[in-house]
Amino acid sequence: MTTERAKKTARSRRQFLADTAKAACGVGVFGLVLGLAARQAQSLPPVALRPPGAGAEADFLGACIRCGLCVRDCPYPTLRLSNLGEDVAVGTPYFVAREYPCEMCDDIPCVAACPTGALDPKLTNIDNARMGLAVLVDEETCLNFLGLRCDVCYRVCPVIDKAITLERSGNQRTHKHAMFIPTVHSEHCTGCGKCERSCVLDKAAIRVFPVALAKGQLGAHYRLGWKEKEREGHELVPGIIDLPDRLPQMPGAGLGNPGGKP
Amino acid sequence: MKPGQRPGQEAIAAKGRFAAFKWLILRRAVQAAVLGLFLLGPLAGLWLVKGNLASSLTLDILPLTDPYVLVQTLVTGHLPETAAVLGAVIVALFYVLVGGRAYCAWVCPVNPVTDAAHWLRDRLGLKGGMQFRRGTRYWVLAMTLVVAALTGTVAWELANPVSMVFRGLVFGMGFAWAVLAAVFLFDLFVSRRGWCGHLCPVGAFYGLLGAVSLLRVSARRRADCNDCMDCYAVCPEPQVINPALKGADQGASPVILSAQCTNCGRCIDVCSKDVFTFAARPDRREDSKTGAARDSSLRDAA
Repeated sequence: MTTERAKKTARSRRQFLADTAKAACGVGVFGLVLGLAARQAQSLPPVALRPPGAGAEADFLGACIRCGLCVRDCPYPTLRLSNLGEDVAVGTPYFVAREYPCEMCDDIPCVAACPTGALDPKLTNIDNARMGLAVLVDEETCLNFLGLRCDVCYRVCPVIDKAITLERSGNQRTHKHAMFIPTVHSEHCTGCGKCERSCVLDKAAIRVFPVALAKGQLGAHYRLGWKEKEREGHELVPGIIDLPDRLPQMPGAGLGNPGGKP
Repeated sequence: MKPGQRPGQEAIAAKGRFAAFKWLILRRAVQAAVLGLFLLGPLAGLWLVKGNLASSLTLDILPLTDPYVLVQTLVTGHLPETAAVLGAVIVALFYVLVGGRAYCAWVCPVNPVTDAAHWLRDRLGLKGGMQFRRGTRYWVLAMTLVVAALTGTVAWELANPVSMVFRGLVFGMGFAWAVLAAVFLFDLFVSRRGWCGHLCPVGAFYGLLGAVSLLRVSARRRADCNDCMDCYAVCPEPQVINPALKGADQGASPVILSAQCTNCGRCIDVCSKDVFTFAARPDRREDSKTGAARDSSLRDAA
């Protein structure tokens, strides 16, 4: 009797273990695929910009619940939710600067609408938004680089003269005209995308990329001598070694032809 | 049901066509109304409700958030703002009241699709296919949370047909229809009641909410049951019926206590003897139309 019951228990235990193993393995494979898909989804294409206050992409994908309330409260056709089949994680809000940039509303309705804080509610001044960073990607086609006074990206910038300035330099082609080079300053650029949107070329010479993609970073140990001098009021290393000045070079000399011999 | 007869024929004969489909019609109406409310904004410019099932704002004041999606963001390590937490608490309390899986039967946009797949499967007489255990959904639910924690992403929302289809209808479909088609074909050809009845973690989550829910179906007139089996044939979770309907001899409550019951009310519709009714969980009353019932109060006392 007891052995009978013991046998039955053993059988049901075996059954239980087998069922558990089956479910765990089956669901585990499913989970692996899902996890890989999730990792893949973290790579945001560079043209897709997140709404203001979104923070780093990995954090955003953990905080956004894909409800679309930011899209609903965006008064412009800027924000949209990614559909299945697009490169952006499905259901998350984004905009493409060249199609419709962020208009930088003072009251930032998209951030106010976000129920989870995926768009950081601490962002109350839209000038502090960092949706991306404008980069003048193509000096070969930018009209200002060709010596013209296009200036459109500079004119439309909501943070004009801070985020984009025109830096004057000489025109090396004509040797008599000036060039006004649109120059982006990352400490002021919000990444709204108006410059990219309004670039008059068929394909924009200035584009907004996610900050992580657009911005370099100095090594932590770098010290800029002139800034240190300014801060300290004197040279950090007094009487720094002065390297000997070079002698005048022979005509035609260059790196490829040292000494200028024929 | 007699051999060769579709379930519900006896009920139509006994109660009339409307009464035999009352809860089904009501359910479809509620599903359409929920979707309609969300569509009023984008289609008619009448913004009573904004957002989607993940989170919404009604009349610019009432936040509602899907507690399951909120739990997913919690395990990724994000601490949500008050609006989302408040919304999730309201929704959770509501479903604790009306039955967790009432979400599946009355709100979820995938339900009409899997119901259609099941109907067609029956009509075509398709048999066999994969069989999952009913508990598999809890494994899937656990898996979605583990993946969310490991990847730091609300990963399930990359694949969730429920949110994807609803969002698709309200915000633009993309290829979400393909996911819906996949679920339909899966239920039709691969596994009977496979998605909603065995795998969907959303249903599993709401089922857990409903483990203590107040509103339940009760087999109050189980004494009148004529064993026609129609309720088993139409029920999306037929395993939940037996303890209540046939448990009188073991002294079991006539109330269907299983968290897997979706409170769809289809059993109430198809029963020609009106055995089933909606009731509160503690309400163990029994009665009988035909007088066949043993006096339940006497039996309870004994």
